[in-house]
Amino acid sequence: MEILLVLGCPLLGAMLLAVVGAKRYAAEVSVAISLATLLAAAALVLRIIHGGSMTALHEEFFIDPFNVFLVALTALVGFTTSVFSRPYMRIEAEHGRLTPGRLRLYHSMYQLFMAAMLLALTTNNMGFLWVSMEMATLSTVLLVSLYRTRASVEAAWKYFILCGVGIALALFGTALLYAAAESVLGGEGMNALLWTHLNAVKGQLEPRVMGLAFVFLLVGYGTKVGLAPLHNWLPDAHAEGPTPVSAVLSGLLLNVALYAVIRCKILADGALHSTLPGHMLMSFGLLSTVLASFFLWRQRDIKRLFAYSSIEHMGIITFAFGMGGPIANFAALLHMTMHSLTKSAIFFAAGHATQLSGTQRMDKIRGLLAIHPSVGWGLMLGGLAILGMPPFGVFTSEYLVLITAMRDHPWATPILLGALAVAFAAIFSRLQPMVFGDTDDRPLPHTPALVPVFIHLGIVLMMGVYIPPALAEWYRLAARLIAG
Amino acid sequence: MSAAAYAWQLGECVLAIALAPLFAGWVGQCRAWLQNRSAPPLWQPYRVLRKLFHKDVALATHASWLFRSAPYVVFATMVVAAAIIPSVTTDLPLARVADAIALVGVFATGRVFMSLAAMDVGTAFGSMGARREMMIGFLTEPALLMVLFSAFMAFGSTALPRVVEAVLRQPHIMLHPSLFFAAVAFVMVLLAENARLPVDNPTTHLELTMIHESMTLEYSGRHLALIEWAAWLKLFNYACIGFTLFMPWGVAVHGAGPGLLVLAIGALIAKLVVAGAALALLESITAKLRLFRAPEFLTMAFLLAVLGLLVHLLLEV
Amino acid sequence: MAHLNLATQFVQMLAGALLLISFAMLAERRSRRLLILLVWQGAVLVASTLLVASTAHLTHLFYSAALTLVLKVCVLPWILFRLMRKLGIERDNEPLVNLPTLMLVGLGLVIFAFGLAQPVSALATTVLRDTLGIALAVILLSFLMILARRKAFTQVIGFLSLENGLFFAATSTTYGMPMVVELGMALDLLVAVFIFGIFFFHIREQFDSLDLDQLESLKED
Repeated sequence: MEILLVLGCPLLGAMLLAVVGAKRYAAEVSVAISLATLLAAAALVLRIIHGGSMTALHEEFFIDPFNVFLVALTALVGFTTSVFSRPYMRIEAEHGRLTPGRLRLYHSMYQLFMAAMLLALTTNNMGFLWVSMEMATLSTVLLVSLYRTRASVEAAWKYFILCGVGIALALFGTALLYAAAESVLGGEGMNALLWTHLNAVKGQLEPRVMGLAFVFLLVGYGTKVGLAPLHNWLPDAHAEGPTPVSAVLSGLLLNVALYAVIRCKILADGALHSTLPGHMLMSFGLLSTVLASFFLWRQRDIKRLFAYSSIEHMGIITFAFGMGGPIANFAALLHMTMHSLTKSAIFFAAGHATQLSGTQRMDKIRGLLAIHPSVGWGLMLGGLAILGMPPFGVFTSEYLVLITAMRDHPWATPILLGALAVAFAAIFSRLQPMVFGDTDDRPLPHTPALVPVFIHLGIVLMMGVYIPPALAEWYRLAARLIAG
Repeated sequence: MSAAAYAWQLGECVLAIALAPLFAGWVGQCRAWLQNRSAPPLWQPYRVLRKLFHKDVALATHASWLFRSAPYVVFATMVVAAAIIPSVTTDLPLARVADAIALVGVFATGRVFMSLAAMDVGTAFGSMGARREMMIGFLTEPALLMVLFSAFMAFGSTALPRVVEAVLRQPHIMLHPSLFFAAVAFVMVLLAENARLPVDNPTTHLELTMIHESMTLEYSGRHLALIEWAAWLKLFNYACIGFTLFMPWGVAVHGAGPGLLVLAIGALIAKLVVAGAALALLESITAKLRLFRAPEFLTMAFLLAVLGLLVHLLLEV
Repeated sequence: MAHLNLATQFVQMLAGALLLISFAMLAERRSRRLLILLVWQGAVLVASTLLVASTAHLTHLFYSAALTLVLKVCVLPWILFRLMRKLGIERDNEPLVNLPTLMLVGLGLVIFAFGLAQPVSALATTVLRDTLGIALAVILLSFLMILARRKAFTQVIGFLSLENGLFFAATSTTYGMPMVVELGMALDLLVAVFIFGIFFFHIREQFDSLDLDQLESLKED
């Protein structure tokens, strides 16, 4: 029941907002819908905590500790982003960058995007997982080009084509998966694509076919995760879309795509009886981390900078999942949470910073602390958090990843450390002049919504200092599930 | 080998020589209809031949024996080719001597003589035409060989009569995807080899684009008649190769009686009617390629044929 | 080879036709003819699906053949034809550099695809198992087309041809995906084409042409 609520709220909201999205109160409606979704997600979490994993509606949906935690995270960030976008989009409209029609498109598509991601997370059917990932792409592509500038249209086109092609590979992988499953589970009916059934027989799946299927699924969904070398769309889409869209793309969509990869990896692990899937994840992850940290140096655009930082962190998470084992998985899950909260907070702050100075070029953004201290502090603290400074939670998870790497794969540790150091220097050197220094920019016409920024950073800080035992237990459970 | 076989061998040659101008006339007529022109009569090519044979030969002062003998050689090669291709019957004594690879060689011989003769007099157009002809030939020959190879792989023999017999024995062999590729490539080769659109236009005398026409500029009288006749025979031969490889139905096999042989002639004429109309249609809907695009066109043909071979190796074995 | 029955041979021939059409698309310069080729590809797909459906007696494949017929042979081409007319790009001629190289790369991809499909083909139980290599080749050739072409319209055709290849792959390995999933995929495809349509207008509005060569301000130098 809760599942239907979780999926139904954003879906109905999308329809409602398609009608009333141009009205003045649309942003409030959007916030209310997101809140309802969050509450439904909370109810779902409670149910799982008490009842354990479950399937629903003819086993079409499957909830276990792994995905329910992502559902909760998605609903939370979805809610805070809608809170943030209320003043943000109003300021954009007043700057004349948006018309009421486009605001309607924005609100409606935003909810549809949430629905697509939640469906991807909760569905048990690998085919529907694909369909909903594609739906998530389709619903955001028009959001990326919302401003209809040359750059945004170009970014959206790139995003569309590259992700479309990538996801086509994933479909081929899904077809292969189905082929492998059919010979074990029998062709009739839909069971052969249900993850729970696949998971039950994963040891019997034909290894060669599964290996091939996993390669296609990894490359396909990996494109959406932003793994190098198929990451080209990501910085463009993040930089050219409206900031709330950048925040959810970076904070949520990448997670959902990675979730899809991990689900496939669990099956491939079982079928292949080898470390091949893990090693593939590790190499993709490491490559992305290193590549992104060097690209960070060349960025002039603030949102592009943090987009590359997202690639870097997704690389770290992928690497951690690749190492496998309870601790690495625990670290990866923790890092997923920390990254999504921190990165969306940073995008919120960066969005307001660009509105203050009227440009996304970092050499033109100066003296945030002087003109609007809370934006300045938000950006500074967020930056420090994402760079892995203690006492923020990102430090905890990165530390865990590093010590696991040191124990299991010592060769990878210096590479990771080097990449982290390069990224640290690159981001910090850009952040410092933006926050401090002098400026003659004027304050914003509306009070910016910085509550979400500090809520996110507060949670990240808390997790760095103290992880509540219930939460830790939950992560441990999810980590064990992934380790199989 | 019975005397009847030799008689039919001879008969087939005569038939080819007699039918070739008619086929060319039919294609011309179809083209005219498709282009809304009033069509020349079907026997127009025979009239041309008669006219040319009645005219005197005018020879350039510097023309050597090569120039004078080339028309006969070219005509002879085409007749030999016609003798090898089982267009009516598979019971051909000559076909045992030469398989399809030799056939490609026979065509090449004709081409070489034609080009040498064109350069012999030393005019600008002759040399240019010869050069272009050699370029086209250089590209079509591998493509044609590849087409033949992929057909041979499917049918299991390089002798054309065996190919026909194989297909008549198991008709569904024709469903092989590799033959599909080979057929498309073959049509492309046919167009290029016979100076048809889109590589060359047989009906114009536009100096800068022509290939075949520029080689025959210096010829007159019976020499020109023979060369034209050889060109028609070449088209006829190519059509018959196509029939042999891709629709050999109706051809009389070894030991068939006269009734079946007459039927085979009927089938051949029917196929020619259809093929001529299709050729005219194809020529009417395509535009002439610029000359430097021709290599691209022929590379495509070659690659398609290779692809056919590949599909056969990977899929059908 | 001798005991392959007639239906299998027919399907193989249709698969060959699909591959041939893919190559033709790779070499085709004109938007209009490209679209016609796409319609042909869809039609061949429908024919092969119908053939498989009737040989294997699978009702759900009949439905998916009907779905393909409606969507890929009628609706999508119709939308694209209308778009083409509206945008006035029917006679657009796209320069192609180095066609022979492109074709050679395509040839290499075909070999690669066959090699890759080998282990799966050995496992599949359908009458179509040998055609998986061709399906993969069609997919890879569509990739090549998307990469090599610089016009938005052509890239979309490539995208749709990619979908056709995927559909063929699904049919050839497993007699198609479950019906519900296929419906979802069809919906996604339809929406995608609508969005492509919207994009054509955006791109032209911003760049005055559908030439993607102009879309390179966002380069990572």
